[in-house]
Amino acid sequence: MDIFNAIIQVLDSTIRLSVPLLLACLAGLYSERAGIFDIGLEGKMLVGAFAGAAAASVFHSAFIGLGMAILISVAFAMVHGFASITHRGNQIVSGVAINFVAAGSTIILGQAWFQQGGRTPALQPGERFEAIIWPGADAARQVPIIGPIYAELISGHSILVYFAFAMVPFTWWVLYRTRFGLRLRAVGENPAAVDTAGISVAWLRYRALMCTGILTGVAGAYLSMVQNGGFVKDMTAGKGYIALAALIFAKWKPVNAMFACLLFGFLDAASIRLQGTPLPIVGKVSVQFMQALPYILTVILLAGFIGKAIPPRAGGVPYVKER
Amino acid sequence: MAQATIEPAAIELIGINKSFGAVRANRDINLEIARGTIHGIVGENGAGKSTLMSILYGFYQADSGEIRVGGKPASIKTPNDAIALGIGMVHQHFMLVDNFTVLENIILGAESDALLKRSIAKARSELDRLEREYGLEVEPDAIIEELPVGLQQRVEILKALYRGAEILILDEPTGVLTPAEADHLFRILRQLKDQGKTVVLITHKLREIMAITDTVSVMRQGTMVATRETAKTTVEELAELMVGRRVLLRVEKGEAEAGGVKLAVKNLTVRDSRGVTMVDDISFDIRAGEIVGIAGVAGNGQSELLEAISGIRHAVSGSVMLDGKPIDLTGKADPGELRDRGLAHVPEDRHHVGLVLAFEENENSILGYHDDPRYLKGPFLNVDAIMADARDKIEKYDIRPGNPRLKTANFSGGNQQKIVLAREIEQDPGVLIVGQPTRGVDVGAIEFIHKRLIAMRDQGKAVLVVSVELDEIRSLSDRILVMFAGRIVGERGPEATEGELGLLMAGVEQEAAA
Repeated sequence: MDIFNAIIQVLDSTIRLSVPLLLACLAGLYSERAGIFDIGLEGKMLVGAFAGAAAASVFHSAFIGLGMAILISVAFAMVHGFASITHRGNQIVSGVAINFVAAGSTIILGQAWFQQGGRTPALQPGERFEAIIWPGADAARQVPIIGPIYAELISGHSILVYFAFAMVPFTWWVLYRTRFGLRLRAVGENPAAVDTAGISVAWLRYRALMCTGILTGVAGAYLSMVQNGGFVKDMTAGKGYIALAALIFAKWKPVNAMFACLLFGFLDAASIRLQGTPLPIVGKVSVQFMQALPYILTVILLAGFIGKAIPPRAGGVPYVKER
Repeated sequence: MAQATIEPAAIELIGINKSFGAVRANRDINLEIARGTIHGIVGENGAGKSTLMSILYGFYQADSGEIRVGGKPASIKTPNDAIALGIGMVHQHFMLVDNFTVLENIILGAESDALLKRSIAKARSELDRLEREYGLEVEPDAIIEELPVGLQQRVEILKALYRGAEILILDEPTGVLTPAEADHLFRILRQLKDQGKTVVLITHKLREIMAITDTVSVMRQGTMVATRETAKTTVEELAELMVGRRVLLRVEKGEAEAGGVKLAVKNLTVRDSRGVTMVDDISFDIRAGEIVGIAGVAGNGQSELLEAISGIRHAVSGSVMLDGKPIDLTGKADPGELRDRGLAHVPEDRHHVGLVLAFEENENSILGYHDDPRYLKGPFLNVDAIMADARDKIEKYDIRPGNPRLKTANFSGGNQQKIVLAREIEQDPGVLIVGQPTRGVDVGAIEFIHKRLIAMRDQGKAVLVVSVELDEIRSLSDRILVMFAGRIVGERGPEATEGELGLLMAGVEQEAAA
């Protein structure tokens, strides 16, 4: 039963670790499907994390924190839109700039407001999103196999975890079953077709970026208000980039994105679990190697195992009416 | 003046002006198009036809002037306004989302409901009605990029009709179509006219104007120079109005004095990337001092044949001898080596293969010959020599605008083609292979290009011309080979009639013989 418990634990932390990736990945999906490359997912998550933790701590409310995280993250997304949609700037440069501004401003403001070396104060109960225990979870724990799965994997997560996974079918539905989704996909493939059909390309892309901002805001809030009890500088630690990799790996499709993020989350979870544990054949593996493993696998997977990933055709290209 | 009994014109443009920076694209344009007619607008590239129609479709705003639709003054600020007024447009480059289905493309922007299911269900029945009414059959669930160009265009027409278009503008609709597809399009347009729709056809192909329109307007350098009833004008008159001088539509040429074999193609077989045999056991010779034309409907293996001969596509079997020595057919031939051996190639697709559009004109005019010592100073490019060379070619080939520092993308199609031709011809090759020499090229430039090719022949060069324009093949060639389904199905002299070649191109004779 020991191995079974170990597996359950690894899977449980897989879910926890996948959530910020999944939210960021879906966020990127909205903008990239609309033809806006967004390398600034990382930065938007970071400002979301900071704004969420700071507001939650000041106003003593997790939900105010979440709202602030979304608000600030959407504001940053609009800056990206203003640069790359309205002014047709380079989307990569704009995204990188957002990452730098986010990294710097969160530390400066954090230090100025809270004087804790860029951290926000540790969040108290009520300022964080607590785990939701499903009915009968404790009782079910005794049931073999199904019990631990229900109690550990399904029950006992914060509301943001359920939100993240609910966003997968929701995003799929929006993309493939609604008028907004049809137009969003169209504007990422051929904005001229959208323009001649009498739809505003700019407004459509701004709306896509709002979706992106909302999701990166939630992802940031999850980092600072669920996974951690407060904001720590650079706490996104490259998750925005991993989410972009997952997005390519998923070929810009929502359900694929979930599996890609779960895979990356699993690699992360496994590397934590296996640290210092002797493995059959290879023996004890160094901590550094285990920590690097998800990234090494990312490179290998992206290089060879996903086949041809065709990005949205108008991706990265500012729309200019032809003369 | 206008009485109530007279039906108002479908479209009336009064004093339209439009400038882009210093360029006056439209100057004081007046135009009246009657309801239920097919009206042609001809003019060379850059004459302002597309700009005028884009103003009508709300894509651009006129600087001044008035638009009346159905007799009422109309303010058209966006394509939405135009659509609401019953104006539909089929653009030269289709405004379709390639990986969407036909239905998705048709409803895009005109969805009846926030949820797709209901919009699509409604569109499906509406599409069914339109298809039956106008004979525009398309599979509603087909993916656009899997459809042939002719059907994609049909989707564009259906898109406009679905939005309730009463006035349909088609911008260069036949540029991408095969002759058969173009004929089919014309049948559709006549049907639309019979149903009371007004059709505006923008083109630079005069034959089409004569074949289909009721009235025709000619534009030149941003002005409207004349409007005629089609029945009362001639191709010659329209060509002269377009260019502003007399144009020879069929270039005069003397008898060919064919010499020795320059290029010998023997039992050549080529497959495409999917493994389909595109060129099937083809053999022919080209002699010095003759032009051999290959006619055929697009997609019958001509492109693959050209690519194999010019060493950029792998051939499965067979041989190609240039001056008695074989060409490497493994697809790994060094194109530079073939150039050194005197084989010049003007590719079919000048945008993707023939030119780097983002380069300046002078750079493109030496591309491929850039390591020739003439253009080098030690390891560096000799900019002075290159510029002098480019200016020389600009003058000789009348490339406009005559600025070698201008980005190639900013030249018109005809001038881009002249850049490629100048580059290849001026290297004085023994064999010149030309794919679609005048695709998308103006009447005036066509005459020039044809004269150049005939001059090459008269200098004793061997010239191979592949074209889907039957007129061009008949006008240029000393011998005509007809390709159908990867084979040469017949050889004719230049006196062959259009009907005779047309039958060969359709594979009719072959089937009768089989």
